[in-house]
Amino acid sequence: MQTSYSSSRILLPVRPWFIGFSLSLALLLNFLPTSVWPGVPDWLALVIVFWSVREPRLVGMGLAFLLGLAMDVADASLLGQHALAYVLAAYGGSALSRRILWFPLGQQALQVFPLLLLVQLVQFMVWAMVGADLPGMAYFLGPFLATFLWPLLTLILLLPQHQPVDRDDNRPL
Amino acid sequence: MDQQPPPFFKRGPAPLALLSFYVALSVALLIVDARLQTLEVLRQGLSMFTHPVQGLAQLPAQFLDTAGSYFASAARLQEESAQLQRSRLESAATLQRSQHIEAENERLRKLLGVKERQQVSGQVAQILYSARDPYARRVIVDKGQQDRVIAGQPVIDDLGIVGQVTRVFPFLAEVTLITDKEQAVPVQVVRTGMRSVVFGLGNGELELRFVPLNADIQNGDLLVTSGLDGIFPPGFPVARVVRIESDTTYTFAQIRCSPVAAVEHFSEVMVLDPRPPVVLPEELAEEVAGQDGKASPKSSRAKKKRPKKD
Repeated sequence: MQTSYSSSRILLPVRPWFIGFSLSLALLLNFLPTSVWPGVPDWLALVIVFWSVREPRLVGMGLAFLLGLAMDVADASLLGQHALAYVLAAYGGSALSRRILWFPLGQQALQVFPLLLLVQLVQFMVWAMVGADLPGMAYFLGPFLATFLWPLLTLILLLPQHQPVDRDDNRPL
Repeated sequence: MDQQPPPFFKRGPAPLALLSFYVALSVALLIVDARLQTLEVLRQGLSMFTHPVQGLAQLPAQFLDTAGSYFASAARLQEESAQLQRSRLESAATLQRSQHIEAENERLRKLLGVKERQQVSGQVAQILYSARDPYARRVIVDKGQQDRVIAGQPVIDDLGIVGQVTRVFPFLAEVTLITDKEQAVPVQVVRTGMRSVVFGLGNGELELRFVPLNADIQNGDLLVTSGLDGIFPPGFPVARVVRIESDTTYTFAQIRCSPVAAVEHFSEVMVLDPRPPVVLPEELAEEVAGQDGKASPKSSRAKKKRPKKD
C-alpha cells in the first residue's frame, strides 16, 4: 500500500472480495431508475477509476472491459461503447496512480475529473460516429458531481482497511 | 544482454500492450455491432447475467410504487371501479355495434372478392424500465423468446401505436418507441387519406417528412397506420399534427406531430402478433422472384419499411 502525502498511516491490505462487492454495488446503482435523471454520476466509472488508482494490480483493464460489456447489454447501447470508455479510464487510473496518490484528497479529485470526463466523451464520440446530436450539457454534469464525491468515496471504500490490527471488542470499527 | 526481470516481479503483459488489445477489441465489437448486427447471441448470453441484476435494481422503485397504491384510499378505488364500470357500459353499445359492422364488412368483402382484413391479436406485456442511454427512446418489456415474441412485432397501448419490438432476449424484449430517432412508421392522414411516413425526432415528438408544401394538412389531423409496410396493422392511431411550418426555402413542409399513445409513460402495453405475410398473386410473385433471386415478397416489403437498425 502506498502511503499518501497527508497521512503516514499504514493501511491494511485490501480484501479482494470487498473490491468485487463495491464494483457490483456500483453496477447495481447504475441500473437504478435514478440513472436517467440529469447529472447522476456514472457510479461504475467512478469506482473503477478509484480501484485502478488504489489497486492497479488487482483491478485492471480486463475487469473494466467485462463490466463495460455488462453496461452495454443493460443499456441496449452499441456493444463495446461502455467497454471502450471504461478500459481507457482504467488505463488512465493505473498509469496516474502513483502521482494521484501523492496529493491530498481535494487535489486527487481534480486529477480524477479528466478521467471521468473521458468516459463520457468517449461514449459521446461513439454515438457521433453512428450519427447522433449533442445530448446537452446535462450529460457532462455527471463527472462534475462525481468529482465532488471523490473524497467521500475514498473515505467509505477505505474504511475496511482502517481497522486496527489488534481487535478491540468495544470499538465498532 | 538479457534484461528479463526475475520471475517474482512478473506482472503480465505491459499496460500499453493490454490497452491496445482491449481498445482494439472494443472498437472491433463496436464496428461489428453497428454495421453487421451479428452479435445478438453474445448480447443474449450476457443478458442472462445482467437482467437479474437489473430486475434487482428495479425492486426499490417497484416497492415504492406498490406501497403507494397500498395506501391509496378505498374510496378512490371504489370511485375508479365505478368509473370503469360506467365506461364499460358506455362502450358496450359501440362495441356490439362495431362487432356487428365488422362481421357485415367481412361478409361484404367476401362477396366482393376482396381479401378480408386480418384479425389483430396479441399479448399484454408490462414495461419494466427504459434504456439508460440518453440517445435512445427504448423500453424493456417483460415478454421475450419464452413467450414467442419476435423482432418486428408492433406494440400498442389503449390509445394507439407505441413502438416496435427490435431486440428479443430470453425473458425480455426491447421495444423501440415511435419517438426514437431511428424509428419510422408508415401512416395515412384520416381526413384526406394521404399516405406518408412519420419519423421520430428523439425528443418526444414526431415529424411527417416528404410532404409537399401545398399538401392538405391541418393542425389536429389524426395520422393512423397505413399498413403498407406489412408490419403495422392498418388503422391504428399514431400521432396528431401539432405544428406546420411552411418555409418556402425548403421543398417539403415541416410538420411536427405528437404521439397519440402514452409513449413516454410507464404502463402496460400489448405486443401484437406479427402479421401474416401478404400473398401476392402468382404472376406478381414470379416477377418479384425473378427480380432479386431469393428475396421473398415478404422480405422485400419489410425492407421498404427499414426494420429499425439497432
